[in-house]
Amino acid sequence: MHLEGGNGVGKTSLLRILCGLSALEQGAITWKNQSVAQNPDDFRLDVAYLGHQLALKEDLSPLENLRVSAAISGQQLPSAEALAALSQLGLRGREHLPVRVLSQGQKRRAALARLIISKAKFWILDEPFVALDLAAQQVLSGVLNTHLNNQGMVLLTSHQTVALQGDGRSYRLSA
Amino acid sequence: MSAFVAIVKRDLVLAFRRKNEVITSVFFFVVVAALFPLGIGPELNTLRLVAPGILWVGALLASMLSLGRMFATDYADGTLEQMALSPNSLSLLVGAKILAHWLLSGLPLVLLAPILGLQFDLSTNALWVLTLSLLLGTPVLSLIGAVGAALTLGVRGGDVLLSLLVLPLYVPALVFGAGAVQAEISGLGASAHLSVLAALVLVAAVFSPWASAASLRIALES
Repeated sequence: MHLEGGNGVGKTSLLRILCGLSALEQGAITWKNQSVAQNPDDFRLDVAYLGHQLALKEDLSPLENLRVSAAISGQQLPSAEALAALSQLGLRGREHLPVRVLSQGQKRRAALARLIISKAKFWILDEPFVALDLAAQQVLSGVLNTHLNNQGMVLLTSHQTVALQGDGRSYRLSA
Repeated sequence: MSAFVAIVKRDLVLAFRRKNEVITSVFFFVVVAALFPLGIGPELNTLRLVAPGILWVGALLASMLSLGRMFATDYADGTLEQMALSPNSLSLLVGAKILAHWLLSGLPLVLLAPILGLQFDLSTNALWVLTLSLLLGTPVLSLIGAVGAALTLGVRGGDVLLSLLVLPLYVPALVFGAGAVQAEISGLGASAHLSVLAALVLVAAVFSPWASAASLRIALES
C-alpha cells in the first residue's frame, strides 16, 4: 500500500498511530481480527517500523547497530546473515566504521538493512526512499518486492512513484 | 532475555567509546570526597563525624549527573521507538538500561568509596559498612532516577526539573545509607539500616522499570 499526501496532512501521524506509538482518539486498530490495544504483543511481533529517525547509534558500526536492533526486535541474527544484508545495500567494507563517519545516504542504507533481516510480516515505512541514490532505490524496491512475493505487506509513504509488484493500492490523504 | 543482554552490552560499549561521560561523574565524586578533608583540616573526630554524610551526598550527586542522558540519546535517535515497538516488554528493556546506568555510574563509586573513606579516618569496619551501604544504595538511586529521567524526557529544562523531582525521593536512601555508617561508628551495629536499604532496593526494582516504561510511552506519544 502506498500512502500519498502533501506535506503536513498527517501521513507520519497515521503511521505512528497504526504501529502503536501514538494514542488513538477514536476507532480501533485490529490485527488478525484481534484488537491491537488488547493484544499488543502479537502485533509487535509482526510489525517492523522505520520512521524518520533511523535508530542508529553514531558510535557503533553498522554491523553492531544491526545486531542490537535485531536483538531488540527479538530476533537471532547470525553474522553471515548480517553481513549479507549490509553488502546487499552496498555497505560492504564499511560495516566496521562508526556510523558517524557515514554519509546521510549510507546511514539510511544501514537502517534499511534492518528490513532485509526482518522476519516481520507487516512493514510500516515512513519515506523509505529519502536520501537514497538511484542504485539504492533499486535495491530497496527489490527488497520490498521480495517481501511482497513472500506474502508480506508493506505500507509506505513516499512522494515519488514506486513500482511495486502484487496487489498494490494507493491512498491519498488530504487535509 | 537476549535483548536485555544486548542492551546492557550496547550501553557499556557506547560508554567505553565515549569515556568522558562516565569519567565526569566518577571524577566529581573523587574531587568532592577529597576536598572536604582538606577544607575541614586534620580534626580526626570531626572528619569521622561528617564522613558518612559527605561520602553519601557525593555519591548521590555524582550518580545524578548522568541521569539526564539515561534515555535522552535513545529518544533523540529513535532507538526508544524501536524499543517501544519491540515484542519484548519495554519494562525489561528499561531494566537493562537501568542496570547499565548502575554499572557505569554506581559501581565505580562503590569501588572507590573505601579508598576515599580512608581520608576521613574511618575504621575498617566502618569502611566495610560504607561500601555495603553504597552497594545497596546506589542501585536505588539509578532505579528512582530512571523514573524521573523518563518523566522529564523531552521536556525543556528537563535537567533542573529532574533534580527537583528526584532529590526528595533520594532522601530515604541517603538517610539509611549514611545512617548505617554512623551507626557502625557509634557501635550500634548497622544491620537494621542495611536491611531497610535492601528493602528499598527490592521495592524500587519491582516498581521502577514498570513506571519508567509507562512514562516513556507517554513521552513517545507526542
